[in-house]
Amino acid sequence: MTLDEQDLIREVGELSITRLHKWLRMGWVRPERREGTALYHEVDVARVRLLYELEHTAEIDDETLPLILSLLDQIHGLRNELRSLAQAVGEQPPHVRERIRNAYIRIAESDHHF
Amino acid sequence: MLGVAKTASADEIKKAYRKLVKQLHPDLHPGDKKAADRFKDVSAAYEIVGDADKRAKFDKGEIDAEGAQRQDPRFYRDYANQGGAKHYDSQQGYADFGDISDIFSDLFGAGGRAGAPMRGRNVHYRLDVDFLTAATGGQQRITLPDGKQLGVTIPEGVADGQTIRLKGLGHPGRGDAPAGDAMIEVHVRPHPAFERRGDDIVSELPIAIDEAVLGAKVEVPTVSGRLNVTIPKGASSGQTLRLKGKGVKGKKGVYGDHLVRLKIVMPKTIDPDLEKFMQGWRESHAYNPRTE
Repeated sequence: MTLDEQDLIREVGELSITRLHKWLRMGWVRPERREGTALYHEVDVARVRLLYELEHTAEIDDETLPLILSLLDQIHGLRNELRSLAQAVGEQPPHVRERIRNAYIRIAESDHHF
Repeated sequence: MLGVAKTASADEIKKAYRKLVKQLHPDLHPGDKKAADRFKDVSAAYEIVGDADKRAKFDKGEIDAEGAQRQDPRFYRDYANQGGAKHYDSQQGYADFGDISDIFSDLFGAGGRAGAPMRGRNVHYRLDVDFLTAATGGQQRITLPDGKQLGVTIPEGVADGQTIRLKGLGHPGRGDAPAGDAMIEVHVRPHPAFERRGDDIVSELPIAIDEAVLGAKVEVPTVSGRLNVTIPKGASSGQTLRLKGKGVKGKKGVYGDHLVRLKIVMPKTIDPDLEKFMQGWRESHAYNPRTE
């Protein structure tokens, strides 16, 4: 389900268009652009809702918000890579998994990782 | 649930709720399953006590906490954790891994996955360049759409339609990946006197009738300045003189030539002297250039 800007404003109660446009300008929300109009997928709507809650409910100010957002995006980026990596390891035959596991334990237990 | 007394004021409740949202919002705890439950309970509680009417009903026992629970909204993390938010994900988290980060680039860069570090896109511009600047090279300022000014070095001999690449001045890359390039397509404005053919320059040189007959030394403008050129005795219109290496610098660093096409121009008025001379000359020296 995708929403256009007006639907989005309606969906996220009390969100002002000025606010939304500011977030777009800052690059905090990046909807798909098709023929000049913005299309908000469910993930974008959820992100807009999150921004709204952080701003309005948690009253996080304009300087702190991008910091939180950046950390969140980094966490999700890392989580996704980690999940892919774990999946890739999981697809290996048992003896390869065993070797990775041993290497992992050895590295995790040593003090100098790099 | 909110940790406030039954007699708390609306402001106190709001403050307590705000604090709990910061602590418990599931999106601030991407991997914590319990965060969602606690947050839901807190939200439900606030739904009731944050609303004076509902609070009164709740206090009188007309509604319970369950009844007020709003529909389960999906949090941002629900999408992000399913890989649905790749265009927001940031991969800046392992830039400091040294050699290990190469393994990640190998793994994630190869497939060109959306979430992996990705080189920034190129930006395309169009730049109108003066004919002589294109021929001899130079500096030109370009104003980018965002208002920024950029000094562009026009390489000597740049041709119409050629693209100048400014490395790293395009869109920023994602993660560790480099930025894209600025691609500047050059449009060379025509010149009133010079025409470019490959690396050669062609121009027309008007000469007087006496210069054509007797030969002469005349000044010829070229892209690199004026040159003294010898017009051979008996020159014809359309005849071309080749000035070696006076064209523009080619791709291999070799300069093209400047071709000067002669054009005999009659005096504005044919004076009696010239007319009389020609009549006498014709009687004894007539020739037909159409049969030769």
